[in-house]
Amino acid sequence: MTDRLHTFHGGIHPEEHKTLSTTHPIAQAPIPARLIVPVRQHIGEPARPCVSIGEKVRKGQIIAQADGYVSLPAHAPTSGIVTAIAPHPVPHPSGLSDLCIHIEPDGQDIWIEHSASDYQSMHPSTLRNLLRDMGIAGLGGAVFPTFAKLNPGKAVKIPTLLLNGGECEPWITCDDMVMRERADDILRGAAIMRHLLQSDEILVGIEDNKPQAIAAMRTAAQQSDIPVRIISIPTLYPSGGAKQLIKIITGREVPSGGRSTDIGVATFNVGTALAVHRAVNLGEPMVSRVVTVTGNVGQAQNFDVMIGTPMQDLIALTGLPPEPVSGVIMGGPMMGIKITDLHAPAVKATNCILVKSGTMFPSPPPAMECIRCTRCAEVCPAELQPQALYWFARSKHFDKAREYALFDCIECGCCSYVCPSHIPLVQYYRFAKSEIAATEANERASNLARQRHDARTARLEREARERAERLAQKSAAKPAGDEAKQAAIDAAIARAQTQKTTSE
Amino acid sequence: MQSSPYVLAPNSVSRIMFTVLLALLPAIAVQIWLFGPAILISLAIATISALGFEAFVLNLRERPIWPAISDGSAILTAWLLTLSIPSIAPWWLTVTGIFFAIVIAKHLYGGLGNNVFNPAMVGYAALIVSFPVPMTQWAAPDSLAHHYLDGIDAIHYIFNHRLPDGWSLDAISSATPLDTLRTQLKLHHSVSMIRQMPMFGQLAGRGSEMVALAYLAGGLFLFTKRIISWHIPLAMLGALALVSGIFWLIDPQYYASPLFELVAGGSLLGAFFIATDPVSAATTPHGKLIYGAGIGILVYLIREFGAYPDGVAFGVLLMNIAVPLIDAWTQPAPYGHKKDAA
Ligand code: SF4
Ligand code: SF4
Repeated sequence: MTDRLHTFHGGIHPEEHKTLSTTHPIAQAPIPARLIVPVRQHIGEPARPCVSIGEKVRKGQIIAQADGYVSLPAHAPTSGIVTAIAPHPVPHPSGLSDLCIHIEPDGQDIWIEHSASDYQSMHPSTLRNLLRDMGIAGLGGAVFPTFAKLNPGKAVKIPTLLLNGGECEPWITCDDMVMRERADDILRGAAIMRHLLQSDEILVGIEDNKPQAIAAMRTAAQQSDIPVRIISIPTLYPSGGAKQLIKIITGREVPSGGRSTDIGVATFNVGTALAVHRAVNLGEPMVSRVVTVTGNVGQAQNFDVMIGTPMQDLIALTGLPPEPVSGVIMGGPMMGIKITDLHAPAVKATNCILVKSGTMFPSPPPAMECIRCTRCAEVCPAELQPQALYWFARSKHFDKAREYALFDCIECGCCSYVCPSHIPLVQYYRFAKSEIAATEANERASNLARQRHDARTARLEREARERAERLAQKSAAKPAGDEAKQAAIDAAIARAQTQKTTSE
Repeated sequence: MQSSPYVLAPNSVSRIMFTVLLALLPAIAVQIWLFGPAILISLAIATISALGFEAFVLNLRERPIWPAISDGSAILTAWLLTLSIPSIAPWWLTVTGIFFAIVIAKHLYGGLGNNVFNPAMVGYAALIVSFPVPMTQWAAPDSLAHHYLDGIDAIHYIFNHRLPDGWSLDAISSATPLDTLRTQLKLHHSVSMIRQMPMFGQLAGRGSEMVALAYLAGGLFLFTKRIISWHIPLAMLGALALVSGIFWLIDPQYYASPLFELVAGGSLLGAFFIATDPVSAATTPHGKLIYGAGIGILVYLIREFGAYPDGVAFGVLLMNIAVPLIDAWTQPAPYGHKKDAA
């Protein structure tokens, strides 16, 4: 059966460099000397540590509790002793440190008691809670808590479950390798997701530069008893972006500011489906993930990595870099973030560690003026006018930037990639977005303060009025006393305050 | 601090500019072949003076000189202006045009990327308004000229306004086909009679029609290199063909055919190389269509009803003014903003 595919606007063909890291199967990375588990690895509230220093923990034990609805717990990736609960460098664009639980492994790798669950017989909300307790987050990069996305809510069902095997970023191959080696388990996880979403069909979109993954997934799909279709899509960055993949496969667009479920589609990374399978069918929380270590390394390869393993330990596994190292990126070259401290641990969001060299990643030529050539607009998958956004961001016309849909920019980097003037366009958009967000936060805070103030004034006025009324009733009977004076003073103060507020 | 993306496509402003220069070479070669080597001398004068003015102004503005000089944009402006005026123009005419293009149109507006008007066309407009006579003295094709200006003679003529003994200007130059058509129509000759004159070829002007076709070839090359999109050339030529076609159908003895209009004058040079100058053109897909079509219509109206023989320069400049409005009106709906897609 052939699927009629659609196209999204724009896109680019950067050099792939993917075969470097697919020559060897996924290897198990050894237990490191120290594990550093951040309490904030997902979108949402950070987890609250629930172990103490010196405490012995076992693999899979919760070491930090979820805090709030959109939050996930953290688990001990192996057995050992908690040595510190302290800030430590983490992989984050800000380069700042964050609270981490430090564990010294005992080398035994002893699990806590865990067992499989029969999800078919479980109530959906119990199953979602289980996934939450297991710390499952999206592995495609956004690390959104998966349980929250597996709730059809009022819609009762989400007709299409779409697994994302696009993996369009250059260099990265972890999804490719996982699909090649663990296709059956991915589909078992997908079956659980489908059960929760009551989906009619499961679609898996894979870029056609991964023929082995497509073949393995097709074989698994044939043997599976759930309705799965594996769809080969043309290789074109960023086809693995959720919105772009949805467009390619369904021909529909996620409304701006809305969610994919608004058009009946839920998307998950293939690695997330695998994690769901392990959590439910094996009872294993998310304590590890597959990470591509590639670039300027001895032998690029994918590793099954315990969450919290310092990045430098992983880079060391690949042997000596052939060239001087000029930096390290977490993620791919199009959207990855710079890692300044290699003590930072691999986290749930770490799909790739890309070691750079000066020849592989030459520093960009100096930026020139925009010549309005609109190459950027031609490749923009969000169908924006990047040259206009650049102009507005640079001149700090943030209202105009927003009017030109700045917040629909997915920061894919296509525009910067093609710009003949080498303008770091995405940097300008990030700057504008953060400026707007900061202004809004300020406004919210001052609004809140004003609301509080208004409420207080209103209360004071009401109290004064009530007192005055009571007094009036009384004074009808007897002459005004102290209470009446006090009430009058109160009323005057209240009036003065109201005047002050309104004249502000 | 640099953030993502960390890779760039192998592309640059100078690569674009030099590719456009490359795309002009066939037309220059045809011109040398059919009209003699004078164009090379004019191109050299224009290139040197453009780079000189560019360096001078950058120096005044205290900007780094080398990046701007080496980006190729000044050379491209110089070539486009030179190819728009007579190849045997006196040197000072070329230099004056370049002055207006580089100093006034480009740098007074803030340099490359900020100029509102197409610099080459500002230079052309300044010249045709100030020096209309030398702007009409075009080299005649070899096949028509009684004499042939070789390299040395051309240098003498361009720099000293001196022809070899016994030669006259009439013998080596002629008006353009558009000019001739215009003056002859005023004498109540019909288009078909006028087209019998030896200066006309199969499509438009003898010789110049070959140059125009070389521009077409260069333009298609730029299109395959994705340096220009199809929008502006197609809209401009389409509108020109449509409007001239309507008039031609009404009275073919008084109005030249659309094919003639497309090949004559600066139509093809304008459509592929001048109207497509990104800095001064509209940027949205629909905007480019409106911009191009506007130029096409204006070109025809100016040719037929205006005071100047060709309308490309004024058509482009007039539409340059409208660009901010066109862009603002034609913003495409981004992903997720379309009414019917979701
Ligand atoms: S690609 Fe660069 S130079 Fe071209 S319009 Fe976009 S921002 Fe301007
Ligand atoms: S980074 Fe934003 S503006 Fe640039 S191409 Fe991607 S979506 Fe468009």
